[in-house]
Amino acid sequence: MKADLVIIGGGPAGMAAAVAAHEAGVRDIIILERDNALGGILRQCIHNGFGLHRFGEELTGPEYAYRYETMVKELGIPYMLDTMVIEVSENKIVTAMNRERGIFEIEAKAIILAMGCRERPKGALGIAGTRPAGIFTAGTAQKFVNMKGYMPGKQVVILGSGDIGLIMARRMTLEGARVMAVCELMPYSGGLARNIEQCLNDFNIPLRLSHTVVEIHGKERVEGVTIARVDENRRPIKESEEYIPCDTLLLSCGLIPENELTKGAGISLDRVTGGAVVDGERETEIPGVFACGNVLHVHDLVDYVSEESVIAGQAAAKYINGESEKALVARISVDGKVRYTVPQKITETADTEVYFRVANVYRDAKIIVKDGERVILSKKAQKLAPAEMEKVKLTSEMLSSLSGNEISFSIEV
Amino acid sequence: MFDFVVIGAGVVGGMVARELTKYTDSVCIVERGSDVALGATRANSAIVHAGYDAKSGSLKAKLNVRGSVMMESVCRELGVKYKRNGSLVVGFNDEDRANLTELVERGKTNGVEGVALIEREDILKLEPNIGAGVTVALHAPTGAIVCPYELCMSAVGSAMDNGADLKLNFRVDKIEKIDDGYRVYAGENFVDAKFVINCAGVYSDEIAALVGDDSFSVRARRGEYVLLDRECGSHVSHTIFRCPSKMGKGVLVTPTVDGNLLVGPSAEDIDDKEDLSTTAAGLAKVRALAAEQVAGIDFSKTITSFTGLRATGSTGDFIINMPKERFLNLAGIESPGLSSAPAIAEYAIQILKDAGFDASLRADFVAERRPAHFFSSLSVEEKNALIKERPEYAHVICRCETITEGEILDAIRTNPRPTDVDGVKRRTRASMGRCQGGFCSPYIVELLAKEMGVDYTAVTKFGGKSYINFGKTKGE
Repeated sequence: MKADLVIIGGGPAGMAAAVAAHEAGVRDIIILERDNALGGILRQCIHNGFGLHRFGEELTGPEYAYRYETMVKELGIPYMLDTMVIEVSENKIVTAMNRERGIFEIEAKAIILAMGCRERPKGALGIAGTRPAGIFTAGTAQKFVNMKGYMPGKQVVILGSGDIGLIMARRMTLEGARVMAVCELMPYSGGLARNIEQCLNDFNIPLRLSHTVVEIHGKERVEGVTIARVDENRRPIKESEEYIPCDTLLLSCGLIPENELTKGAGISLDRVTGGAVVDGERETEIPGVFACGNVLHVHDLVDYVSEESVIAGQAAAKYINGESEKALVARISVDGKVRYTVPQKITETADTEVYFRVANVYRDAKIIVKDGERVILSKKAQKLAPAEMEKVKLTSEMLSSLSGNEISFSIEV
Repeated sequence: MFDFVVIGAGVVGGMVARELTKYTDSVCIVERGSDVALGATRANSAIVHAGYDAKSGSLKAKLNVRGSVMMESVCRELGVKYKRNGSLVVGFNDEDRANLTELVERGKTNGVEGVALIEREDILKLEPNIGAGVTVALHAPTGAIVCPYELCMSAVGSAMDNGADLKLNFRVDKIEKIDDGYRVYAGENFVDAKFVINCAGVYSDEIAALVGDDSFSVRARRGEYVLLDRECGSHVSHTIFRCPSKMGKGVLVTPTVDGNLLVGPSAEDIDDKEDLSTTAAGLAKVRALAAEQVAGIDFSKTITSFTGLRATGSTGDFIINMPKERFLNLAGIESPGLSSAPAIAEYAIQILKDAGFDASLRADFVAERRPAHFFSSLSVEEKNALIKERPEYAHVICRCETITEGEILDAIRTNPRPTDVDGVKRRTRASMGRCQGGFCSPYIVELLAKEMGVDYTAVTKFGGKSYINFGKTKGE
């Protein structure tokens, strides 16, 4: 098989990229989706709060996904479901498998990687103790509750205050479970402020900042956890240990972009984002291979995923039409207070939105962008937090008058 | 009445049962757990030791060297992954050098082929990531790696395919002498057999005591391990040991046959024979020691940690004897127990023959078994031919390890059949990858419920009360 554009993943990123590429004139598109329907993880996010930026209204996850699914279908963009991509090669051959075709190859002119992310599992956290049933990532619990209609727990402790964990605190409560506490290792939450308010405070669920689970108890099913306060070096303080009885431990300790295919293609990853290194058009180091959405870096809001995917979709169209000519304009470096930026480099002097995340909570801070030693942008921010992705716009004026090819992002407090 | 009842379905019980079915199909394996391979077999270093370590003249030495020679062909027959990757025992100082020199000599006495002492320069050629402090090493090219629970499951499966019975959740609590044999009880239930073979691992002393043999005891020695992502599996190619002490062979760093990197174990004698918990201190120690042996291990790529309990006998050697008529102990099988397992089975037959088991080989014994992971070894053409027949082989359930619905259904339908999510995991590797079942466990629960004809909520993680779901949500 051949195709102008192969899109790997039919979640919000893949669908938005497909629609954008179609609108830019590409017709020979195929979306490959491993699940049995389009929509990706949004299908199990039945809470609302999606689409405020994109559609100016509050939608649930399935509703948001449905809007894009409708666009894909109305535009007649082909897609294959239950189709697992097993390899992407450097020369843009995609190997996939499904029931109808078995294992097959698609020779692509361009590829958009939109595989999303996965949750950090318990093993990676190194919690001591037993390994009973009843330990789930928040997303797995969400799948049991929202997709399968089963309750994986009655009395719950949540470790990590990522957004899915917060959402599941509320969801489990509404389904009749008792959420004992949400423990967060850091002194600040890993989730959005609005979720702390709506999912914890509204239900009187305590958020225990600077706390972690140090031991899991129970032989067959979880019977309880020992939690402890941590010091400034995130080491548990023995004297502060506290036993909480529970039958379930949910983990919401971070998301990891799912880049096994990307690595397999020989594309190098940014150690901080866990996603590919890309330019402003979301093109990876292999020309014609683009990445967008949570496979590139973890977003807080699907609205921004869609926004980024439009960029990738349009750029893929340009590439397919042979209109893509690139030269390095600038690399972006960060000071550590800014943890990363996406894109990491810029190859066009057009207006470019740069997304970034900070390493800690900063109040009354300034975002500083420099060209060498020269400040080209300075922006005040009342509060910056690791959980909230920020963005600034570098204008074409700024980018076309650079003295060198190094731009630096830093925070002044 | 069976000819044999084998108590314990670990790797020793499994291998012995299979060996017995070469002669008779009248074999019953009883196992206290909800699956096979749940004791020391499930969680150990997964190493086939070359045989230089055990004291010359001991059963450990004899059976290790023999087992190490047999292992490759046994694995081939049973379709179990095996790789002869070689071992290095590294030393940091003069004392280690003296000990390693002695070990090389012992290896030669024990009949281990190719053992030699090598210097840092040559170590670096074999292992560029060796620790900075390592000056000398024993090199044993015949050391190998194998998957212990896969070996056990395939051995039990092969025994069952050849006629053996398997009774799970059968916790032996009484053994009575009857005419021509024994009656082995688990509560109300019992099995009669002419011979009893005690392969009960950490509980083998308690089983022996049921027939009045209190000549030995077995303690559980806790060993904690850290398993890293397959991304790290090629960080070393050999198994890297450090100089052994009386608590065992110490921490090792090794690739696994499935391509992960395994680091461990700690060693701590404990009283609770079921305490599979890990400790923060134990894991920290394992990581620190491993870092001396091998440089640059990226522990941020840890996917899980676990504890195994080794059955450490009170005699210092394997306890293989017949304390009562027709009652055979295969006890205290600590390291190198996995390596020795095929030889222990062979040796057991010899003892049983001496004790009056009138044996001739069956003509209908089937030795070969389809590998559990046969699908992944097929060519694209072969896979596609199979997918045409059974499209479920194209439906990937576990993304991280690329395990299909077809493979999971095969596992659920193959002896010894799994009845819980962990059982499926050990047989297929589904949910053993980097996401640890985050995506696929809801699907595996569904497949198990359907295949076993039980309710979704009845499916457990590992039997007993290890329920995954408690009931339906409000709206359902």
